[in-house]
Formats: sequence, C-alpha cells, structure tokens
Amino acid sequence: MTVAWPAGSVGEQSLAGHVQREAGGLCRIGLFVEGVRCGGCVARIERTLAAQPHVVHARLNLSTRRLDLAWKGARGQVDGLVGLLAGMGHAVVPWMPDDVAAADRRHEQDLLLAFGVSAFALANVMMLAWAVWIGHWGDMGPGTRAFFHWMQALIAVPAIAWAGRPFWGSAWRALRAGQTNMDVPIAAGVLLTTAMSLSETLRHGPHVYFDGALALLTVLLLGRWLDSRMRGRTRSGIAQLASIAAQPVTLRLADGRTEAVPAGRVRPGALVVVAAGERVGVDGVVREGLSEVDASLVTGESDPRPLAPGDEAIAGMLNLGQPILVEASAAGADSTLAEMVRLMEAAEQRRGRHVALADRVVRFYTPAVHGLALATFLGWLVLGAVGWQLALVHAVTVLIIACPCALGLAVPATQVAAAGRLLNEQVLIASPTALERAAAVDTVVLDKTGTLTLPGATLAETPADQALVALASGMAAASAHPLARALRAHAPEAPALASVREVRGEGLAWQGPDGEVRLGSAAFCKVDAPNAQAGPGPVVWMSAPGHAPARFRFAPVARPDAAEAVAALQAQGFRLVLASGDRAGPTAELAGALGIGEWHCGQTPADKAALIARLQAEGRRVVMVGDGLNDAPALALADASLAPGTAVDATRRAADAVWMGERLAPVPFTLALAARAHRIVRQNIGFSFVYNAVWVPVAMAGLVTPWIAAAAMAASSLAVTLNAMRVGRFSMPELRA
Amino acid sequence: MTSLLILIPLALILGLIGLGAFIWAVRSGQYEDMDGAAQRILHDMEDDPNG
Repeated sequence: MTVAWPAGSVGEQSLAGHVQREAGGLCRIGLFVEGVRCGGCVARIERTLAAQPHVVHARLNLSTRRLDLAWKGARGQVDGLVGLLAGMGHAVVPWMPDDVAAADRRHEQDLLLAFGVSAFALANVMMLAWAVWIGHWGDMGPGTRAFFHWMQALIAVPAIAWAGRPFWGSAWRALRAGQTNMDVPIAAGVLLTTAMSLSETLRHGPHVYFDGALALLTVLLLGRWLDSRMRGRTRSGIAQLASIAAQPVTLRLADGRTEAVPAGRVRPGALVVVAAGERVGVDGVVREGLSEVDASLVTGESDPRPLAPGDEAIAGMLNLGQPILVEASAAGADSTLAEMVRLMEAAEQRRGRHVALADRVVRFYTPAVHGLALATFLGWLVLGAVGWQLALVHAVTVLIIACPCALGLAVPATQVAAAGRLLNEQVLIASPTALERAAAVDTVVLDKTGTLTLPGATLAETPADQALVALASGMAAASAHPLARALRAHAPEAPALASVREVRGEGLAWQGPDGEVRLGSAAFCKVDAPNAQAGPGPVVWMSAPGHAPARFRFAPVARPDAAEAVAALQAQGFRLVLASGDRAGPTAELAGALGIGEWHCGQTPADKAALIARLQAEGRRVVMVGDGLNDAPALALADASLAPGTAVDATRRAADAVWMGERLAPVPFTLALAARAHRIVRQNIGFSFVYNAVWVPVAMAGLVTPWIAAAAMAASSLAVTLNAMRVGRFSMPELRA
Repeated sequence: MTSLLILIPLALILGLIGLGAFIWAVRSGQYEDMDGAAQRILHDMEDDPNG
C-alpha cells in the first residue's frame, strides 16, 4: 500500500467548519481545552494567543475549561492557533456553537438572579421571624408581632412572586397538559404557604410561614441553577451527518455535460463524477479512474485505501487522489450515508424516552403528598372539629415539610460534583442524564481503531540506517501531516531541516548537498515497489542520493494503558465486546492482546447498531465507546456512550461524554463514577423518604410550628448536599498510572 | 418601639444595596468563571488593550 499525502487531512480535521463568522470579518470559536490545571495554564495560554497579531480576544474559563477565541481574518486561521495550543501540550475539542451557549448563559444568569433575590429576602425575613419566635416565649405584644408579620409579608410576597417564576411557568404548563412534574408540588407548596401566611397576617394569627416558603424556594433555585450548569450541549449529531449526506453530487450526462443535483435525486445507473477532495455521494461501482479514498466514515479505518475500476464505492468515502467516475447502484436516498442518518434519528428518539430517576420518583411522590395534605385538612376539619383556617394551616405545613428538597437539590448537587470530578479527569459530560444511564450499564462495546488504539499511526518499522531516519525526521518536522508527525515523534531530537517543500498529495522534498531527497508515496519517490504491500499499515518511502530506497511502515498502536483499562473494566464486572470495521487479523490480534474474548470484525455502521440492538434485546444495558462516524449510529443507540476527543464532530455529538488525552483509563473511571454517583443519588432519595416518614406525621398532627419547619428543612438540605459532595472525592487507585 | 421603625427599614436598605451589587455582578458575568477569577489575580498580565 502506498500512501497519499494530502496536507493534513488523514485523521486530521480542520476546525474551520466550527468557526462562527461575525460582522467586520471577526471569527469566533469556542473550544474545550485539555490539560488546563491552574491559573498558570490559563495565563500562559491567553498570553500566547493574545500575542498573535490577528487575535482580538482570548479568554479561558477555568471552571468549564472553555476557551473563547476571536480573531480578524479567515476561518482557516483557527488551525494555526490550535497548532500553537498543541505545541504547548493542550489538545482541543470544539465546544458548542455560540448561539446555543448564549441562550444557556442567559437562562443560567436568570436562575442565579432569582436565587440571589430569594436568598436576600430569606435572610431578611429570617431576621424578623427569629424575633417573633423568641417573642413567643417573651413579652412581645400582639401589636408588635403583627408589625413584624407585616414586614415579613412586605419582603416575602414580591420576592416569591418574582423569584419563583421558573417554577410557576413550568408547573402551569404541566398542569394544562394534564401532567405533573416536580415543579407542581413545589409551586403548590410555596404558593399555598404564602397565601396561608398572608391570611394569617391579615387575621393577626400567631404563626406565619414566609420564611419556610422562601427557604424552599431558595434551596430549590440553588438546585435548579446547579442543574442548568450541567446542561452542556445536547444538540444531536444528526444535523451534521445529514449535511454531509445532503451535499450535491455531480452527474455526468449522456452528452458529456455535468450537472449538480442533490444526492437524493440520483437514480441507479447514473454516472457520478467525484473530484479529488470530494466525498462520494452515492453507493456504486467505480467505472473510470484510479484513486485512493479515506473510508473512515464507513469503516472507521483511516488508512487510505486504493480504488480501481470495478471496486465498490460507498457514500461517505473521501476521494484523496484523482477524479473518479462512479456508476450509482442504488438511489441516493438508499445510500449507506442516508441509512446512517435514519439509524441515528431512530436511535436518538429512543433515547429521548429515558426518564430521569428524580422524575420517576416524583410521579408517585406528588399525588402521595397532595393526598396526605388533603387528608390532613379533612381530618382536622371533621375529626378535630377545628375551623377550616386551622385545618388549612396544618395541611399546608405538610406540604412545606414534604416538599421534594432532596430531589430538587441533591440530584443536581451530586451531578455537578460528579461532573466536576470528571472534568479533572478530562472527561466532559454532554447530557444531564448521561451519568444516570451509564450507571445502569453492564456491557461495554468498544471500537478498535482510534478508541482502543491511538488515533493516527505510529512508526512501526524504520530503515536500519539511523542517518536516514534522522534525515527523514528532520524533513518531517516541516509538515503537519499525521504520518510526518508520527515520524517526527519517533526521532524528535534530529535537527529540523529548513526549506522543505511539501507537494500536496505526494510528499516532501528537500534539496540536500548531494541532490534532492524525497519522502512520500512510492510514485513520488520514484520507487518501483512491487513488494510494497508486505504487511498492514501505511508506508512512506524515502529516496536519497547514494542510498537504496528506504521504507517507513506505520501501524496503529494500542493506547498506552489499554490493557490496564480493559482489565479494570473486567474487574468491574462488565461484559466486553470489541466491534471493529477492520479485518479479522488485526481485530483478533488486539482482542487477544487485551484479553477481550468476544470480538466482531468487518462491522459496517449498520452492523454495529444491530449488535447494540441485539445485546439490548438480550436484556443488556450497553455503553458504546467509539470515535468514527461509522460508530455514530451505535453511539446514539446505546444506553450510554463515550467518545474520545479526537473523534469526528458528529460522533462526539452523538456521545454522552467525551474524554481527552491518550489514556483509556477515563472509560472505566467514568463508568465507576457514574455507578457511585447513582448510589449517592439513591441514598439521598432514600434519606428524604426517611425524613418524610418522620416529619410528615408530626406535621399532620399539627405540631410543626414555623421554627421546627425551618430547622427540619435546613437539616435535610444540608445532609443531602454534604452526602452529594462525597462523589467529588471519588478515585480509582488501580488506574493511577 | 420607634427605634424599630427606623432600624428595620435601615437594615432593609443596606440589604438592598448588597442585592443591587449582586445583581450587577451577575449581569456583568462575574459568576461565569469562579475558579479562574481567584487565580487570575496571581498572574501578571501584560496590558491587553482589548480586554
């Protein structure tokens, strides 16, 4: 196999497509930066970027590891800037588009403001409430008490009306649709408490619960704010895949003219021209032209493969070499690519049906609490023979005591603590329910190339002559091509050579003292190489004056800790399955080396999705780990999914979590942490049930006065929050490399 | 008793000033990077005309 040499395109994606263009030639991008540990990294990165003359804004958020970058010029300049970061040891992943981020940020700010107002009102109402509580034992007269109650009402009512808006709207919408959600008991509890306290104030009654209503609202707003910080990008990967499928194809008509038509309109038998650098738009058979294609979209294998007349061309392959002519064998709407889009749509709809644990609990919790409150009201009215006002007071205290604080605060608090812990391990969570779904998993399906192995290739075989290796490394220093980088990484100490010429699609040339030295494809190096195909992996040739042609062979290598991570997964009790688009030989070899007993080779995207579906039909909960576009349908279909940061964009978007770096350890770590976080969430829910079992009867008996409600609420919120924080200290010593 | 009529509104006004400061801080984005801000002060930044 020879190797094509397109400038930085094999396994290397330009980020230019993620750049947003703004007025005045301003380009903007949001990036997740790997390996940022402290303020020092932040300062170094910002300074380096700001020193670039065209960069107008560079700011790195240490809490989210998000870098906002803006510059004047072309979109393509982003790759140079990212190169600077790579030089400092920081890899990047494109973050969400800015319009989505702006809406999220506004929502987050609104919640924080509502929390602030509510907390302010709570502090002031508490100050007045304490005076009244103490006054009950002292000599506070009814006039003074009424004055204090009125002051509380004056602060609490407008604050509650304004700060509670996130709950009012949502609860109202749910009720109108004939459903209940968590906001219904919250809204009912807070509003009834406020109304009841207001009526007590008017009647000069002894107890008002403005502080209880505000405390509920404050704690729940805090939970809601934490929750909103968890919601990263949840946009689907379909749009991007669909945009590849929707690219127009060039038809060659019978009279020799060409016409651009949407891929969906191509009929079987039509002749399609695929220019160099273009994607094949339809499935078909090559009729004319010799070329090489990058089939990573279809198979996940990024080694360029040759394509000759008679070979099958599949939609999604990227033509790296010469123009080819493809005869369509299926209509465009039935192409492999269109099928993948359909698979992903079906899968994402399925996943949308997952209901978070907290919401499942609320479904029976709400009717139960409201039923108990009603029973309290009727019980006091009929059996207790008290006025309806007092019966209502007792019913409302049941609602205050039973309000779902543990669900409203402890679940988001656990998730935020877990996400923060994962961020430190370079894992980015994309979906709020991801951890919960990952916690239920018992089977791990792993892709091979780019997932178990490192993305790109590593130099596996070099010429014996070390002088040639050093020379090649010196030339390779001038190129950003993945193979050149791999070659350079093999001998980084060799001096870099100046004035190396890069010939697109061919290789590198350098004018040495004895003549021209070439590094690249066999044809470029003028090597007649019948024996070139003697083993797997891409090959780069080198021709230097006075030397026999030398050969560099590249091979994918397993991630440095792959065996350790696989062993950790097995120790955690997961069933492991390897699913690769590669041939049987390399797949079996890697599976054997890592101790994975169950493997499938030659898997198409549809095969992988079918494998997931089959496992799920067996009753398995599956997590898919993959990086290629060919893995995207399987990632979307699986119960949970992980992708490395080097994965293509649509794949990252299909995944629940993305991890950065060369190690595989984040995969077992994420799964173990998810299980731990889930356990803590369940503990918290269990705790809130115990708490309710103790306090609801007390409230029903009419023994809960405002200060008892305040103390009980504070104690329960504190307990679940402290429990949630434990997940932030989670570690797996067996993975420490 | 009359002292209450002065002191309570006074306490509320002081609290409202604090609330106003909080709202201003949220609006100007100071809560978006709570870890970074604490560390930025430790590093000498060159004067950046663009902020």
